[in-house]
Amino acid sequence: MSKPYALELKGITKVFGSIVANKDVDMSVKRGEILAILGENGSGKTTLMNMVSGIYFPDEGKIFVDGKEVVIRSPKDAFDYKIGMIHQHFKLVDVFTATENIVLGINDGEKFNIKEAQKKVKEITDRYGFQIDLNKKIYEMSVSEKQTVEIIKVLYRGADILILDEPTAVLTPQETQKLFVVLRNMRADNKTVVIITHKLHEVLAISDRVSIMRKGKYIDTVITAEATEQSLTEAMVGEKVSLNIERKEPENLQERLVIKDLSVTAHDGKQLLKDVCFTAYGGEILGIAGISGSGQKELLESVAGLQRADKGASIIYFDPEGNEVQLVGKTPKAIRNLGIALSFVPEDRLGMGLVGNMDIIDNMMLRSYKKGKTEFLDRKQPRALAEEIIESLEVVTPSATTPVRRLSGGNVQKVLVGREISLNPRVLMVAYPVRGLDINSSYMIYNLISKQKDQGVSIIFVGEDLDVLIELCDRIMVINSGEITGIVDGKSAKKEELGLLMTKSTHEIEGDEEVAEDAK
Amino acid sequence: MFSSSVIITFLQRAVIQGIPLLYGSTGEILTEKSGNLNLGIPGIMYMGGIGGVIGAFLYENSLASKADANAFLAICIPLFSTILFSFLAGLLYCFLTVTLRANQNVTGLALTTFGVGFGNFFGASLVKLTKAEVPSVALTTTSAFFTKKLPFAANLGWFGKIFLSYGFLAYAAIVIAIVVAIFLTKTRGGLHLRAVGENPATADAAGINVNRSKYLATCIGSVIAGLGGLYYVMDYANGVWSNEGFGDRGWLAIALVIFAVWRPNFAIPGSIVFGGLYIIYLFIPGVSLRSQELFKMLPYVVTIIVLIMVSIRKKKENQPPASLGLSYFREDR
Repeated sequence: MSKPYALELKGITKVFGSIVANKDVDMSVKRGEILAILGENGSGKTTLMNMVSGIYFPDEGKIFVDGKEVVIRSPKDAFDYKIGMIHQHFKLVDVFTATENIVLGINDGEKFNIKEAQKKVKEITDRYGFQIDLNKKIYEMSVSEKQTVEIIKVLYRGADILILDEPTAVLTPQETQKLFVVLRNMRADNKTVVIITHKLHEVLAISDRVSIMRKGKYIDTVITAEATEQSLTEAMVGEKVSLNIERKEPENLQERLVIKDLSVTAHDGKQLLKDVCFTAYGGEILGIAGISGSGQKELLESVAGLQRADKGASIIYFDPEGNEVQLVGKTPKAIRNLGIALSFVPEDRLGMGLVGNMDIIDNMMLRSYKKGKTEFLDRKQPRALAEEIIESLEVVTPSATTPVRRLSGGNVQKVLVGREISLNPRVLMVAYPVRGLDINSSYMIYNLISKQKDQGVSIIFVGEDLDVLIELCDRIMVINSGEITGIVDGKSAKKEELGLLMTKSTHEIEGDEEVAEDAK
Repeated sequence: MFSSSVIITFLQRAVIQGIPLLYGSTGEILTEKSGNLNLGIPGIMYMGGIGGVIGAFLYENSLASKADANAFLAICIPLFSTILFSFLAGLLYCFLTVTLRANQNVTGLALTTFGVGFGNFFGASLVKLTKAEVPSVALTTTSAFFTKKLPFAANLGWFGKIFLSYGFLAYAAIVIAIVVAIFLTKTRGGLHLRAVGENPATADAAGINVNRSKYLATCIGSVIAGLGGLYYVMDYANGVWSNEGFGDRGWLAIALVIFAVWRPNFAIPGSIVFGGLYIIYLFIPGVSLRSQELFKMLPYVVTIIVLIMVSIRKKKENQPPASLGLSYFREDR
């Protein structure tokens, strides 16, 4: 080998308590190359890279930079070797400006002068073509802008090796394209880019080589040009998987929920939802796409009675006999007592849906304790339900009496989704039900939801992966800053089209329509 | 209704009342900016006060005659013992909350209880040693050096009285508050410290030593707060220590932190407002002993109003540091 690798890992092992996060992992990447690290959630990709960036320290193994062995004990050491990492959860201080965040932690011995620093930052943004207002505070920024700040921050520190952890998870397709252009510019600039991801099509689109990890172990490295989506999936999962969702044609659709003029205003006067109107049918899956925080949560909570709607809103529910029931103004309990089963998988698994310190049985009882007839708890039925869910959804747990907090993220999610579905709801609202799940479990959940649809349940599905939404949903509704910007057919929807609806302001769209009408 | 001389006296007394609060809240603001909610401040101020008393007591007892008192030693010995006591208290707090990651609220409240008990124990012991008839220790010789005013202050009428009639510790409080304000907003160190309090994981990833920042800010903050105790006993109380005399000033200092929306420069006028509200009952004719206490509530009422206003406006910059009260552990997942 003539030229040493820019970064090389040999035999890296990291253990957290009794969990082995990385076992004997090797990896290498050259200058002027984009390496993708592919693996499912929990396969140890991020842990591995955190050891390179100094967040964790490996228990065993060696790290080489440009062929020389190095010891990285802190993020500061990593900077010294020109390694910079852009974390999935942005490490930015909300109340600081972009510039303040970028210069944070740098002590170059010169006099502290934020204006001088800003000039230097400006040089970087001009060179790579970033567009950003450096005086904007982080809390006023969009996710994409925050990510830009993170990347500039790393470049400002003179990093030659950039590690990006799931950079596209929060971006729209258009923003992803922009990011990829920047990454390619960096490759042309002879920088080394490592991108951690679990999205196959992105791997194929951007990387030169792919290293695959599974359950903390290194599996293989392949050249991207020689790989296919199917071959990568099999290497990642370790077995053949079918990536198909059974989507039957929706049959005898019945109006189940009719929502009209639903607006929600926050305490500080911010409009969270504005004039939302749509109809959800029994026997179909209505997908909701949008950048996170665009009002999805408020929409679901309004229906569930957890969020107060502004005056004039109307949410009509049709019960089995076809009677209209107005849900606005009812308490969550009243909505349930009326025999209207609205099931809701909150976005934050342990935050709202389950109690971490309670076991699976007791968590089942959170939904059913009111059915009890005596003052004493009857654990028989919840136990049966818990055991049924453990068996049917393949929940990995020592027993039904293990505290939920001790289960891995994916298994927690299964317990939660399983409980909600077991209530036989007529309207099932789910938000990000597969966040943190591996591919097999994700598809299990998709098919579970599909089955509910076949039984005539009306499903409202908030998702973040547009590919999945397109595959799973019969109709996809796009929400943008609290407004519905469009409802498209699931079978004919295009990702780019959805992306555009997610980002464009409604006025622009209205403007376009006017232009289109004028053209007629 | 009020003569000008009453108003001048009121303003002067308000400043004197405000200075210990200013010390306490400057120290607490510095501490809170590192993400440590040190509710031990009342105890630390109390310990700072008794520290000064012990120092002064030892110094006065070592003198053959009171006329031998040397200005430099009379100031430096109590000052040193105050700094030592409050520094150690801050160090204890840090060790428990930063190194051992104990709950900050519990640790702080325990420290307050401990500090008050500590002060009362040594206070009562000193009273016993002096064999005084009243339950207090008088250290007037040392105190005289602390209360020394500018020589020409008396000749300048109302101006001299309002602006120049204080001991040097009062001016030091204002200087320290301004220095801390500049440090927090204009320097690299301040930027780093604020980052630690807002988001320690970010600061850590940026290469800032989070634990070191927390230790430094909290210990220096404690020393500043401790000086408030020294000022109280040596200047305000003319060197007379009596147990529980310090009252609820420590809690007022913490309330002042909120009132000043975590800005030491706002705490300067804020402390005078608090000081004024604290003693206003003395200047309103016909206030009975019972209704006095209602007036003493005023600073807290004002704090609650400020809290309400700040939370209604929801301006991010006026909120407490985002990770206030939380301990940080890098490998926490």
